[in-house]
Amino acid sequence: MAGVTFENVSKKFGDTYAVKDLSMDIPDKEFLVLVGPSGCGKSTTLRMLAGLDTITSGIIRIGDRIVNNVPAKDRDIAMVFQSYALYPHMSVYDNMAFGLTLRKMPKAEIERRVREAATLLGIENLLNRKPRQLSGGQRQRVALGRAIVRDPAVFLLDEPLSNLDAKLRVQTRAEISKLHQRLGTTFIYVTHDQVEAMTMATKIAVLNLGVLQQLGTPQEVYETPVNVFVAGFIGSPSTNFFNAVMRRDGDAIFVDLGAFKLPVAPQMQKALMPYIDKPIIVGIRPEHIHDAEFTPASTDVAVVPAQVDVTEMLGNETLLHLVAGEHRFLARVDPRTQARPGRDMKVAVDVSSMMFFDPETEMAIR
Amino acid sequence: MATRYGAMEQPELAAGEERASFGDRFKGFLPRLPLHAVLIAVIIIWSVPTIALLISSFRSPQDIASDGWWNALIPPWDFTWSNYDAVLNQRGMGRAFVNSLLITVPVTILVLLIAAAAAYAIAWMEFPLRNGLFLVMVAMLVVPLQMTLIPVLRLYVNLSIDTEVPIIGGRVFGPNSYLGIWLAHTAYGLPFAIFLLRNFFGSLPRDLFESAYLDGASDLRVFFRIVLPLSMPALASLAIFQFLWTWNDLLVALILLGDPNLAPMTLRINSLVSSFGSSYQLLTAAAFVSMAVPLVIFFALQRYFVQGILAGAVKG
Repeated sequence: MAGVTFENVSKKFGDTYAVKDLSMDIPDKEFLVLVGPSGCGKSTTLRMLAGLDTITSGIIRIGDRIVNNVPAKDRDIAMVFQSYALYPHMSVYDNMAFGLTLRKMPKAEIERRVREAATLLGIENLLNRKPRQLSGGQRQRVALGRAIVRDPAVFLLDEPLSNLDAKLRVQTRAEISKLHQRLGTTFIYVTHDQVEAMTMATKIAVLNLGVLQQLGTPQEVYETPVNVFVAGFIGSPSTNFFNAVMRRDGDAIFVDLGAFKLPVAPQMQKALMPYIDKPIIVGIRPEHIHDAEFTPASTDVAVVPAQVDVTEMLGNETLLHLVAGEHRFLARVDPRTQARPGRDMKVAVDVSSMMFFDPETEMAIR
Repeated sequence: MATRYGAMEQPELAAGEERASFGDRFKGFLPRLPLHAVLIAVIIIWSVPTIALLISSFRSPQDIASDGWWNALIPPWDFTWSNYDAVLNQRGMGRAFVNSLLITVPVTILVLLIAAAAAYAIAWMEFPLRNGLFLVMVAMLVVPLQMTLIPVLRLYVNLSIDTEVPIIGGRVFGPNSYLGIWLAHTAYGLPFAIFLLRNFFGSLPRDLFESAYLDGASDLRVFFRIVLPLSMPALASLAIFQFLWTWNDLLVALILLGDPNLAPMTLRINSLVSSFGSSYQLLTAAAFVSMAVPLVIFFALQRYFVQGILAGAVKG
């Protein structure tokens, strides 16, 4: 059991930074998900922590120990690879026991641990099989089991679900969460899938281009993203962004999007004062744009006209691709909507959930 | 009612399936017909000389001299063991067989061990000039071994250690020493062996190695516990190649092993012709005797050999 600390960690490949000046403190027992698009440095971060990649500068601690120069095998970590990396010529039992055998653990203790982990994962009956005789989901469990038997201070998981089919992924997601609760160990999990990040994490670290964008609980990164990138990356479908201009009319402040105007919620007005008559980026999540006829009660909405381009019915909700003037945007509305492609409709925008970003820095304005 | 319909439908369905599958098979076969024809032709062209040799080896010298081998296929057959008798009862043939093994087996083991270790280092360990070193080794494939024979022989003469080796005979090192010919054959075999194994090792997934390092395995352990077991097909292919090359070698043995007591089969067979002039009926039988061991090796390792050729083509 241990926390993990990154202090100004950088990794350069040639002249380019894969990870730049990363600092974060991950307390013990946390389930941290590193999320970002491909090439954002999340895997490199994990590999540096594992000891598979060297660090160009900075300090990494596991617990109180600086591990910069500690070889991978002595870092007290276990890693689950995207490809599972099971040894093809060894049985499931030997795969799980391999690391323990190398550590000269007594045979009886190895057997006890392997059986315990196998029971926990429901793979007791597979111990004598070879990896090629297993399904994808079973291999994934063996890979987890191999990590569990080591009883490491930190679990590292590198996109462990990306080779599973959609249904199994949902199921395994829940199982990994449960495993985290049972083991009470620090988990560090890399994924490009923001749904996995949102559902499993106790903390999410959003990375882009090697730079940590935001570190926070799933709720924090969803509700109060620090910049345009995080607002666009977290949440599905992704946030609508509008280039607009702040205007003032007497006491009222509103954003002028050209095709329509939206009032600003009272709590935001003070922060937005400096932007009056200046350009601004407005972010509105699809779930905060409703069909005006089916607006949830007690939401502070502004009703504006829009034209329906495409409708996508998902059963529990309907996605509307809307056009208003120069803007194209997406709304997630009540499935009872009467919206049909080509027709005009009224949409209700949840004013209190609008996000504002500085067009220069792309940082959130609060 | 329902059962009756079911019973009536079943045979019909089965027949339909069979027809379809035969049709499919036929459709699949037709476009491949030219390919099969070419393959069969190639097989025939390649095997005819060997078959001719085999048949000739069972014919008497007079028959061989008087007409073509194919005439032996026409009854009445007049086959004889006399050629084999003559070859096997030659003085020194048994010893030559043992000598061949004494040369080939250690060479094959040495090449496999050294090449595997070198290939692992070049494929997976980080050290300066790694790729340069590999390039130099591959470049050595271009050097014809004939060019090296005289320098090597001169070097051996200068470095000779003249003490006699007990039991197997010969001197400790230099010309007419087993150690000398082991080293020579090993050196000639290594460039290709390293090239082959490096490419095979390099195609093993990186995750496996990293996983093993995280599990606490040292390079040595990764080599023995992960790399070697997973590379059985490549190792077996290489073992067969190296065994055949060394077993069939005449030139290197001729230069480095002048002593008739140390000579392998190839040298011995060669001397049959020289000492008997044109009696090549003995040569035919001797060729088959010397082929026996490679055939046994090939069939023993054939399963791996086929896998080895396919390795990488089909993803496991």
